[in-house]
Amino acid sequence: MRENIVTVTAPPAADAPPTPPREVAPRGRAGRRPGSPAAALLSWVRGGGVGTLVMFLPLLLTFGYFAWWPIAKSLILAFQRTDLITEPTWVGLSNFERVLADPLLWTALGNTAWFAVLALVIGFPLPILMAVVMAELRRTRQITSVLAYLPVIIPPVVSVLLWKQFYEPSGTGLFNSALTALGIEPVGWLQEPALAIPSIVIQSTWASAGTATIIYLAALMSIRTELYDAAEVDGASILQRTWHVTLPQLRGVILLMLLLQLIGTMQVFTEPFVMTGGGPENRTVTLLMLVYNYAFLSGDFGKATALSLLLAVGLGLLSAVYLRLTRKWSES
Amino acid sequence: MTALSTIDSDERSNVSTLDRSRRSVRITMRVLTVLLVAALCVVALGPLLWLFKAALSTSQDILREPFAWWPSGVQWQNLPDAWSQIHVGQYLLNTVWVAAGCWFFGLLVALTGGYGIAVLRPRYARLVNGAVLATLFIPGVVSLISLYVTVLDVPLIGVNLVNTFWAVWLPSAASAFNVLLVARFFDGLPRDVFEAARIDGAGVFRVFWSIILPMSRPVIGVVSLLTIVASWKEFLWPLLVLPSADLQPLSVGLYRVADTAPTNLLMAGMFISVVIPVVLFLVFQRQFLRSAGQAGAVKG
Repeated sequence: MRENIVTVTAPPAADAPPTPPREVAPRGRAGRRPGSPAAALLSWVRGGGVGTLVMFLPLLLTFGYFAWWPIAKSLILAFQRTDLITEPTWVGLSNFERVLADPLLWTALGNTAWFAVLALVIGFPLPILMAVVMAELRRTRQITSVLAYLPVIIPPVVSVLLWKQFYEPSGTGLFNSALTALGIEPVGWLQEPALAIPSIVIQSTWASAGTATIIYLAALMSIRTELYDAAEVDGASILQRTWHVTLPQLRGVILLMLLLQLIGTMQVFTEPFVMTGGGPENRTVTLLMLVYNYAFLSGDFGKATALSLLLAVGLGLLSAVYLRLTRKWSES
Repeated sequence: MTALSTIDSDERSNVSTLDRSRRSVRITMRVLTVLLVAALCVVALGPLLWLFKAALSTSQDILREPFAWWPSGVQWQNLPDAWSQIHVGQYLLNTVWVAAGCWFFGLLVALTGGYGIAVLRPRYARLVNGAVLATLFIPGVVSLISLYVTVLDVPLIGVNLVNTFWAVWLPSAASAFNVLLVARFFDGLPRDVFEAARIDGAGVFRVFWSIILPMSRPVIGVVSLLTIVASWKEFLWPLLVLPSADLQPLSVGLYRVADTAPTNLLMAGMFISVVIPVVLFLVFQRQFLRSAGQAGAVKG
């Protein structure tokens, strides 16, 4: 699926609130009965209504077919049994029951949650720290931004295949020969069941930390300078200002990025799919990989849709709870 | 597009000019600079340099001596070999086609839609805007399977788009993010200009073509960069809808040959596939970083 399956969703807030539609169309001429539908249509056409509608067509067609309809279609597919060849039949909740009865579901949920937690622990504080330091080093800010963002530009498949090469299990693999130089035994990075997910998390942090860094940096640069001036006059040291001015000013962005990262990592697919294909011993099968397997390996599109709906509802609940909790927290 | 908080601003941040005059601060900053730049060079740039080295090495060298600089000499032959033997040339061409179409349709939908929502503002604009916005909140996973089913048999028209580039182009054009970005930009343009043109008798299309488009260069640039790089990075969706090897872009093609291709040719192919995005990024770095920061602003 498109990129948005991994990064997805942006919460509400800042999009332009559409100003109330303004009437540009000239009113129907005197003499014609103003209330009649024919007159209304005529005035709509005269006022450029057709041209306006034509302008909306590309958006209405692409969104209609490829954004709005598929969402509705999901709600249908989840309650049908279909392999796309024979006629679909309505099966009620049986798809959901079959998903929940799959023992692999709980493995995948565990793996995905573990991936999300590790990605949070390893990958979440790093961009904040980097951005805070980068913001102060004015002369090197451009070059450090470019370097930090460079991995984001690399296509994910190339990045994963490259790291897979680094994780070569033999003693002469890149990471393993570094370990050997330090006198440590070679490690099966992607072969050891307990190491596979952490190894993938490191790669995916490498690939994505740049985005968050640049977003934090932009937020840092828009902190009002008076706040620093005031704190400095009050005698706050640089570290105290970081703690009492910078971080509180970033709080909104930090809370939002945390939620976005969680939503993204709970839908992780490409990294484990390309790196390990779900192995060893199903230790890297993720929820989205399960959706893929149901649909494209077993041809069970109803079951796949049911799982994707469950995941989406779970993410929706997670966001709702998170937003409520953080609202309370920021009020108190 | 308003209130650009740029990374090139020279305003004070936490550390003030007064602080900078202190010796201990200056030394700390200098040490931090060296550490940060060195760490970024090793961590962010290092893997890419290694890829460059591996692309020009023998498989033996890549596997046996990953840290040595070309013990068996530089293998320029890898690049043409990868181009023809593992069909990197074909994949690259397909990737360019995919990116070009995603760029064209993405711009078309975002510009016309943004114009409709922010400038024309018919009665239904509110509804359309809300429906576009709503797709941002729904996780992509919801429609993965149903989108595939839709592309397999497009309702009302009854065509099957699988194994055509349309299957990648059209869904990628339905990007709420781009539409909202453009609508926001148009919202910031002076309305008097459009009104004046309307009074002078310019129609909907003429206003779009002669007034809106010439004024939208900055936003066209941002949307272009975002759509081209996003389409270059796509993997799962083209994997699903382009099963035919002749049509697959680099991401899918490299994944498919990864287990069978000789290591040196795979590395050469991977190198070829990162050259274009990296060069684009280095040339347009300011625009890239600005739009990446803006993505945060839109999200926030």
